[in-house]
Amino acid sequence: MARIGVFVCHCGENIAGTVDIAKVAEEAGKIPGVVHSVDYKYMCSDPGQSLIKEAIKEKKLTGVVVAACSPRMHETTFRRACAESGLNPFLCEMANIREQCSWVHEKIPETTEKAIELVRIIVEKVKRNKPLYPIKVPVTKTALVLGGGIAGIQASLDIANAGHKVILVERSPSIGGHMLQLSETFPTLDCSQCILTPRMVEVAQHPNITLYTYSELESLEGFIGNFKVKIRKKARGVDESLCTGCGICIQKCPQKKIPSEFDAGLGKRPAIYVPCPQAVPNKPVIDKAHCTYYLKGKCKICEKFCPRGAIKFDQQDEIISAEVGAIVAATGYDILNTDFFPEYGYGKYPDVITGLQFERLASASGPTLGAIKRPSDGKEPETIVFIACAGSRDPAKGIDYCSKICCMYTAKHAMLYKHKVHHGRAYVFYMDIRAGGKMYEEFVRRAIEEDGAIYIRGRVSRIYEEDGKLIVKGADTLLGGQPIEIKADMVVLATAMVAHKDAEELAQKLKVSYDPYHFLSEAHPKLRPVETNTAGIFVAGACQAPKDIPEAVAQASGAASKVCALFSSDELSREPVIAVVNRSAPPVFSTCTGCFLCEKACPYQAIEREEIRDRKGNLIKVVAKVNPGLCQGCGTCVSLCRVKAIDLQGFTNEQVYAEVLAL
Amino acid sequence: MKFGYYPGCTLLGTAREFEESLFAIAKRIGLELEAIPDWNCCGATAAHNLSHLLSIALPARNLALAEKSGMEEILVPCSACYSRLATARFELLENENLRKEVSELIEMEYQGTARVLNIIEGLNKVIGDGSGVKIQKPFEHKVACYYGCLLVRPPKVVKFDRAEDPQSMDELLKKIGATPIDWAFKVECCGAGFSVSRTDLVAKLSGRIIEDATKRGAEAIIVACPMCHSNLDMRRGEIEKASGKKYSIPVLYLTQAIGLAMGIDEKELGLQRHLVPVVFPEKPKTGEGAQAKEKATEAVEE
Repeated sequence: MARIGVFVCHCGENIAGTVDIAKVAEEAGKIPGVVHSVDYKYMCSDPGQSLIKEAIKEKKLTGVVVAACSPRMHETTFRRACAESGLNPFLCEMANIREQCSWVHEKIPETTEKAIELVRIIVEKVKRNKPLYPIKVPVTKTALVLGGGIAGIQASLDIANAGHKVILVERSPSIGGHMLQLSETFPTLDCSQCILTPRMVEVAQHPNITLYTYSELESLEGFIGNFKVKIRKKARGVDESLCTGCGICIQKCPQKKIPSEFDAGLGKRPAIYVPCPQAVPNKPVIDKAHCTYYLKGKCKICEKFCPRGAIKFDQQDEIISAEVGAIVAATGYDILNTDFFPEYGYGKYPDVITGLQFERLASASGPTLGAIKRPSDGKEPETIVFIACAGSRDPAKGIDYCSKICCMYTAKHAMLYKHKVHHGRAYVFYMDIRAGGKMYEEFVRRAIEEDGAIYIRGRVSRIYEEDGKLIVKGADTLLGGQPIEIKADMVVLATAMVAHKDAEELAQKLKVSYDPYHFLSEAHPKLRPVETNTAGIFVAGACQAPKDIPEAVAQASGAASKVCALFSSDELSREPVIAVVNRSAPPVFSTCTGCFLCEKACPYQAIEREEIRDRKGNLIKVVAKVNPGLCQGCGTCVSLCRVKAIDLQGFTNEQVYAEVLAL
Repeated sequence: MKFGYYPGCTLLGTAREFEESLFAIAKRIGLELEAIPDWNCCGATAAHNLSHLLSIALPARNLALAEKSGMEEILVPCSACYSRLATARFELLENENLRKEVSELIEMEYQGTARVLNIIEGLNKVIGDGSGVKIQKPFEHKVACYYGCLLVRPPKVVKFDRAEDPQSMDELLKKIGATPIDWAFKVECCGAGFSVSRTDLVAKLSGRIIEDATKRGAEAIIVACPMCHSNLDMRRGEIEKASGKKYSIPVLYLTQAIGLAMGIDEKELGLQRHLVPVVFPEKPKTGEGAQAKEKATEAVEE
């Protein structure tokens, strides 16, 4: 006979404000099987938990019902308290009389009645609860890091330095990401490549890191601690084990006029190329879309010149399988340089460029070797107009959100330009200056006060070319919207930072949620900023939201420490709320008829086939079996099973019917 | 094809040639236009400056009347009328309370089934794919397509073309043999309703449009709005006075350019009503374009 204890919580005024707690406790005491029913102001407090613990011992309770808030809030708290008193934690359940009752109803007698009903159905459920035991699963102590930008690099190094294996996958031919493209970084103006390249080399040389560049995640299966991944290593056309990176193929390639992705289209590269001299690995890759051999069937000049015979035109994509325990997504961002603003003439006028293109112009490794020259005719621009929020904070045409980094890099651009072209004029059109960060405001002030950048608060309405100049028409909203016209030689658009174009596909592969802008969603915006809703998958860097380098690095280290914490134990405990196929004594073995409807329906591929054989090894029947490691307890198979052979532990059909009948 | 038709006041007055040319091409391309019975003023610039409710109620009555007559698509050639009717439809569909209030005022219900088409949308539906229009004399001129402010804006109301760099008229004119130029003043303000009260402003603003079009080699400015036309054509004297320059570039309605390409008589298209003669610069080569130009010249001289 069940001996249930009911504990009704006031939650201060939260529940007691609308529900007659004393009556709930009194009525609950009358439910058959309830041997103990009390109320308390804060059941989750230490004295509240003690009430439960003592009652379990004194009244020899076989089940506990806590009528309080949502199980999402405190189920763990109360189950732990029960466990401390020796009661199996899965014999404790919560009746939600706060979110589902007191918060949403008025102070009327019906509210109290509903609370009593809610308690009654949970009591009926708990009477049928069985002790359950957490499932232990092993942890593969290898992490997969997706994306080799600064966030991915930082996460990889942190995990690797903690002694765990890391597989780093980067889609482009070299790691380094956007940071490698940058000239100097705010607010210290230290050279981006100088601080990044040592980290890149460290990644390449680290004994714990396996690096796959020019590779992408093909598929993902499994669950926390036990992921199975397939990585597509795209055919480089170059055997990396033979190539020494001498670069003769690059020099000899006759196809030399392909816009360089690394130089944001401002420079040119051959069909066989490394993105930049500091590339890691320093092994070239053949761009099949532009290579003469792949297009016309002849050329092979690189093959003739390669002293090591490393060029392999027939190389195929390779699929690499790996088992990993945790995944860090650090796939970065793209910039919005599309046709969002036809009035700014991007794409029409070569001297209207994006902020990333300006970075390449200002970079010593860029197409102009760091000299500020405009793309159209190579002349040094006398006047540059910088336009902040070109797409950001513009619900009508661009994106709603603030890209966060543009205020700072625009100030930096104006500063770099003035440092290189002393007599030049730098105008900055802005909406607000958002310089929240250590030494950030001071940096912007320096650009304005020391370097003489002219800041104009207002938007630009149109840019057009006239007599070789770019006419920038805007308004100065601090002077009452007075129209302004500037004849500029070059215009730099601080285009918005958007999620990578493949972000949605990646999110679906990883089964993590993403926001309307395709940025990956963190599990909680404040308290769980590096976890996703899928256990074992973490986020770092700008794939989660626009952020600058220090923030991306901090988040990457945060994600790495979460991975290390996960790897600190050999086994993981999982909630035993999973489906099970019944088993019984011979000659029935199981009521399962082996139709395997469940197998097709299971979204997690958790249904296996088990052959039941007699002692001689003759097959008696084939029945379904649930893999406890893969099952997520969704219940699809339970509702589908025609013979009711499958049940969900903790939510059995019997329990659910009892709840319904108690109403 | 058959559309409902809302002429508005200008097409019966100062922009009579817009209607004339529209009708001239309509009957040749198989477009039937049926005016909304008992239509009234769209409210124009005045209503929405005085009363928001009135500015919605006036066009709403036209929309409701059109709906009552079973019209699904109403062609509204004047950009200002188009803007008022489109805005009214947008607001009525967005705001249920407003719809109730207006229904009581106009004593009719508007469900939203009748939609408004601007002149480019309307013509595109009939001749957009190039069929149904016989080009007799290709309009071989460099043209500056001038959309003005109301045709493409605000984007969320009109949902038509690109607000800052529209292309639809350029595309349509390519089909009749014209070469649209890439220029910067496609959607800049011509001075609009200040035509009467502040001609000095109109002279300045319209002057810049004409200057840019001329400088970039356009031989004609093509418009779709009576207000734009009157500012660029009727105010040419003031424009020249303000800038101290002479401009001979003619301003044609879209429908007139199409009409010329179809070989329709200049008089039927109302070209003689313009204050700036529709004359195109001499071209070295002779061809159909040149003939059209000659005829146009004759027409003006008549």
